[in-house]
Amino acid sequence: MEVLGQLINITMVFSTALIFAALGGMFSERSGVVNIGLEGLMVSGAFAAAVATDYATQYGMGGMSPWIGMLAGLIYGVLISLLHAVATVTFKSDQTVVGVVINILALGSAIYFTRSLYEGSAQTGQLVEVFHKQAIPFLSKIPIIGEGFFRAYPPTYIAIVLVVVSYFVLFKTPFGLRLRAVGEHPSSADTVGISVAKYRYIGVMLSGALAGLGGATIALTTTSNFAHNTISGQGFIALAALIFGKWNPLGLAGAALFFGMAQALRNFAQLFDMASQIPTEVFYMLPYVLTLIVLAGAVGRSSAPAALGQPYDPGRR
Amino acid sequence: MEMIKKIFNKSSLLVPLVSILLGLLVGALAMLAGGYDPLLAYGSLFKRVFGSSYHMGETIRAITPLIFTGLAVAFAFRTGLFNIGVEGQFIMGMTGATLIGVLLDLPWYLHGPLAILTGALFGGLWAGLVGYLKAKRGVNEVISSIMLNWTALYLANYIVTKFLLEPGQQKSRNVHESALMSIDWLVQLMDKARMHWGTFVALACVLVFYILLWRTKQGYELRAVGHNPDAALYAGMNVNRTIVKSMFISGVFAGLGGVFEILGVFGNQTVLAASVGYGFDGIAVALLGGNTPIGVLLGAVLFGGLSYGSNGMSFGAGVPSEIVRIVIGSVIFFVAAHGIVKFILKPLKLKRSDKSKEAA
Repeated sequence: MEVLGQLINITMVFSTALIFAALGGMFSERSGVVNIGLEGLMVSGAFAAAVATDYATQYGMGGMSPWIGMLAGLIYGVLISLLHAVATVTFKSDQTVVGVVINILALGSAIYFTRSLYEGSAQTGQLVEVFHKQAIPFLSKIPIIGEGFFRAYPPTYIAIVLVVVSYFVLFKTPFGLRLRAVGEHPSSADTVGISVAKYRYIGVMLSGALAGLGGATIALTTTSNFAHNTISGQGFIALAALIFGKWNPLGLAGAALFFGMAQALRNFAQLFDMASQIPTEVFYMLPYVLTLIVLAGAVGRSSAPAALGQPYDPGRR
Repeated sequence: MEMIKKIFNKSSLLVPLVSILLGLLVGALAMLAGGYDPLLAYGSLFKRVFGSSYHMGETIRAITPLIFTGLAVAFAFRTGLFNIGVEGQFIMGMTGATLIGVLLDLPWYLHGPLAILTGALFGGLWAGLVGYLKAKRGVNEVISSIMLNWTALYLANYIVTKFLLEPGQQKSRNVHESALMSIDWLVQLMDKARMHWGTFVALACVLVFYILLWRTKQGYELRAVGHNPDAALYAGMNVNRTIVKSMFISGVFAGLGGVFEILGVFGNQTVLAASVGYGFDGIAVALLGGNTPIGVLLGAVLFGGLSYGSNGMSFGAGVPSEIVRIVIGSVIFFVAAHGIVKFILKPLKLKRSDKSKEAA
């Protein structure tokens, strides 16, 4: 039973970044902008977070350093996502192509600047100050659940709070209603005086902020540095979680937890007889194959925002 | 001839050319920001590509897969499909060729062709699956092919580690000599650069691309569906079948790219830690080339040359070779967001028309 608690614990570690990035993708796609640049935005976040944390530590910020890193990841993510927003919202470019560009540019520039900052090395130095798991008093004493949920890295708690906040914002506030309106039927939204461009900019920038936080989380919890393989597919798994969770905060969080568990199970493959029979590649493939099955309609229809992927042109009907 | 005129008319050429210049400019700015000398860097890139027969041969080697993946992306684009899954189809092509090349032992006149066909078929079927899901289930091809890219990566790794592994190493056993596609006399001529038949197959595919799309009835249908699926349906074309067919052919191009990386260049398949990247560069090539066969060829030459020459930059000017990813990314950014290019060019054009008014 102790193992179960540990499994949940590691699941939470892997899921946190996925939750951040998938929430980000949700805000972008709910506003009608496809964002396959999540991977690149996570890379940007991880890069900025690692560099900022490293420098903050050198300037004597101590335990504050990882928090400065998180902030840097958020800001840099927003900056990169602005490229996406300018190209797709203002200049009405193909959203998928721009997403691909974001992925190429983000990884290329992150490693380029890492090499220029760290004397040719393709990775930052090992970070001294990173996040440590925080046990919540009393709650962490509960068997299994305490070990599983209440001894987590600080970003995990933030991610869980953000899921609830996002749900509230999206479905219970005027802002959320307008954001969804812009993604479902932009011309109607425009008619009643909602600025389509403004809400799409906000949606895309939120995706940059949140995916940036997701990338930062990975650099500051699991890897403790930034290298070319720090982010390897998590952005696409987050995209899968977003679709699997049907563009709903609670749904995507559930999907992210499930995909996180698939990743965590790899670490436990030796412990479970059943799991050790399965090749590790199966665990890697699981999120993608499951998402395909859902898309193919085997497990209920998945319904994307109606205007997803279409640039809004007020002159056209 | 009309084709060529169409390709080289002014407006279709202006945006790519300005985008290339802007991309190089962004690269230069990034180099200045990193404290490097852009002129020295671009100079040493140029020197690397044209410096010796070995490097020229290796540049051609680097260009070849980009022709294949560029054609693959462009072909699907012509039918209105965005094949972002070229990456996965490329990997499946590699895997198919490796399977046949390693496991079978046949005379050369059977072994090579069989390995090529199997790889091409693997790529085609992997893409056909995307087409099928789109046609029958209405699944957006972008999402399904992203998912299949990663599935292909791990499936290929599983096949290599389970059935083909060289003991103690993270790669497959070597492909039998009888299946290899390198051109020995050309290898000698180019100072041991890895020259192979794939380059010629790629050039042939450029021609096949043109003939298939513009000189056959099926190609007409493919383009008609790309222009307007509703009108094509009304005209009695089978849109669903066309989608699957287009994806299959696109995947065959991609698969062939993977095949020749194995049979022509490496001779074995490594366990991949991450995607190979040729598929995404293929998107860049296709966009820059305006989805035309000649454009794809030119785009592949540019990006292949840049990628290979980037090693020269880090060697000659100390600039991290990733700078080229920034250049390539910026070029596609400007091609995709051609509104930005026109926005930048606008003041120039206005001035010119003002002058012509004054003259009048």
